[in-house]
Amino acid sequence: MKELLIGLLQDEVLVYVLMALVPLLWILPFALFAVWWERKVAAHMQDRLGPMRTGGWHGWAQTIADILKLIQKEDIVPSAADSRLFTLAPFVVFIGTYAAYAALPFSAAYVGTEINIGLFYVIAVSSLVVIGLLMAGWASNNKWSLFGAMRSAAQVVSYEIPIALTLLAVVMVVGSFDLQEINRAQSGSILNWFIFQKFPFLFAAAIVYFVASLAEVNRTPFDIPEAESELVAGYHTEYAGMKFALFFLAEYANMFAVSMIAATMFLGGWNSPFGDFLAGPLWGAFWIILKGLLFVFVQMWLRWTLPRLRVDQLMYVGWKVLIPFSFAILFGVGIWVMVGS
Amino acid sequence: MEAVLEKPVSIPGFTRPLKSHEMVLNMGPQHPSTHGVLRLELIVDGEIVIDVIPHIGYLHRCFEKHAEHMTNYQQVIPYCDRMDYIASMNNDLGYAVACEKLLGIKVPERVEYIRVIMAELQRIASHLLAIGTYGLDIGAFTPFLYCFRDRERILDIFEHTCGARLLYNYIWIGGLSHDIPTGFEGKVRDFCKVFRPNIKELNDLLTYNKIFVERTANVGVLPADVAINYGASGPVLRGSGVKWDLRKNDPYSIYDRFEFEVPTGTGEMGTVGDCWDRYIVRVREMEQSLSIIGQAVEKIPTGDVQSAIPKRIRPDSSEVYVRTESPKGELGFYIIADGTTSPYRVKVRPPTFVNLSILPAMSRGAMIADVIAILGSIDIVLGEVDR
Repeated sequence: MKELLIGLLQDEVLVYVLMALVPLLWILPFALFAVWWERKVAAHMQDRLGPMRTGGWHGWAQTIADILKLIQKEDIVPSAADSRLFTLAPFVVFIGTYAAYAALPFSAAYVGTEINIGLFYVIAVSSLVVIGLLMAGWASNNKWSLFGAMRSAAQVVSYEIPIALTLLAVVMVVGSFDLQEINRAQSGSILNWFIFQKFPFLFAAAIVYFVASLAEVNRTPFDIPEAESELVAGYHTEYAGMKFALFFLAEYANMFAVSMIAATMFLGGWNSPFGDFLAGPLWGAFWIILKGLLFVFVQMWLRWTLPRLRVDQLMYVGWKVLIPFSFAILFGVGIWVMVGS
Repeated sequence: MEAVLEKPVSIPGFTRPLKSHEMVLNMGPQHPSTHGVLRLELIVDGEIVIDVIPHIGYLHRCFEKHAEHMTNYQQVIPYCDRMDYIASMNNDLGYAVACEKLLGIKVPERVEYIRVIMAELQRIASHLLAIGTYGLDIGAFTPFLYCFRDRERILDIFEHTCGARLLYNYIWIGGLSHDIPTGFEGKVRDFCKVFRPNIKELNDLLTYNKIFVERTANVGVLPADVAINYGASGPVLRGSGVKWDLRKNDPYSIYDRFEFEVPTGTGEMGTVGDCWDRYIVRVREMEQSLSIIGQAVEKIPTGDVQSAIPKRIRPDSSEVYVRTESPKGELGFYIIADGTTSPYRVKVRPPTFVNLSILPAMSRGAMIADVIAILGSIDIVLGEVDR
């Protein structure tokens, strides 16, 4: 795709800039849609209707109206806040999430940058988010924000370990960090998807990954950093207007990013579930987005069903349940791969 | 770490100066989980709570002084509505029973039965709100709306009866403001039929949820002797395993005619007197209230609900203390009459005010999230705490 554009536009720098903006074409509409979708999912689970008026059909324009409202809001920086860090923080959070999209394969034909350590890069760069959260919490100069940031840092750092370990299990099977390579390894039939391979190790890995990814993106039951009933809103308590919207955007983008990694690693990525039927670059984009949305839906479903864990219980689940489990999976898969080869 | 700050910071209400690693965290009066305008000063060491200092009074409306300055006894009732504003019927009932005892009035049977139905419906409504917001405190959003859906049905019945949904002014001294409308019994029976399965749904969704149990069992344990020493009452006391319900132990109105159980905490999921026990007592009380309503609605006698309302209320110089079991606990009215048409003094013994006083004792050594869980399990209403 890059070569094609360079041939077309004759300007390499312009093409790089354009390529960098491509994920935005997906993230922005997705965030608009996902916020509305989440409100609808929540509403229907709670025996109500949710937004119904804005825009006519089932309130489809509600999030657009919300964004327009947020844009018009005064850009408040609390007088006691560290204004530079405070302003920078939402961007750092968003950059961390956005950078991950550079290596996520949307189809066999399109991936922002095809690098042979794609997975490694995605895990590494999405860790940047936690720095942004810490900045936000610290710069707000609010005790509640600080609590949120501290919890968030501890949580994200702890849960990155099971995430990395379970993904490593898949990497061992494929023998590559390249996300496109991992996708190709699952092509052919639905049974080649890694969730069905090396049973039950990779199936367990998928579950461990999904649970840990909930903590990574601060979703219930691990929404402790922004626990509304405890910390008011956690690290973004003091944020308003577009800065707040940026946190929100990053959160939804991150939700989809982890879902897409789950889809790529375990559910066959852009492969069609029907073998060669409905396969191809465009269908590939359709399938991976569908699979990503499936995981996003499960995240929403859990959020509106489960209560929240306490911070020490969260650490218990992370260190004493998920990490030993993921080590066992890694060990099992390792032996299998060694014996098998 | 253990160093004392160079310039000691002393917190009023906290026994010693702050250490360098301790922090004062101000929770409320504007906080999503303080159930109104309660302000808590938390002394924390990281996430661990060392002490809690509650500050109340943000909703003080001089109820007792107002009561002295009304031109007659009836006018106090709308103010009673506004004390525990999610259980107004029970407040009115307490005040009405106290005044009737002062005057020596016997109210008609029909009134008694309607009052019991109203009070028990209100108890269910109040417990539903307590349970729903408790789920919210723990982080479960959905049960809250399920509870509100059922509470809505009760409010509809009340609206059908007296026109108001929250502050009823329905139970008057010696009678009721309106008779029950046609179709009332049918509505109540329908509610009972619909609500029973919903309790099971609530149990499946929230009560026995693993995370919910983890968050509430063994948290905020209140031993029975401590509960009694603090004067706790209602579900807070019964959660600690003490079988004490004024409807059984000191019956008022016609509660001695109904068969019902008094559920107590048994430490089913953890220790006796933990948050889960206090929670489950409320759930089980709703079932018992349903049973009382079922018994009462079949036996409503005919009659005039306003026949016993006195033309002029002027009790002789005397005093009376009447306690009733409100959804939150023992609601007592101490009324002194001086022979005029208005009370000389009305002193309220509010259950949530007394129950709230146990919060610091239960919260010491817990985590910040636990303080929310403990506060929610006490089920306070600031309208009553501050009066």
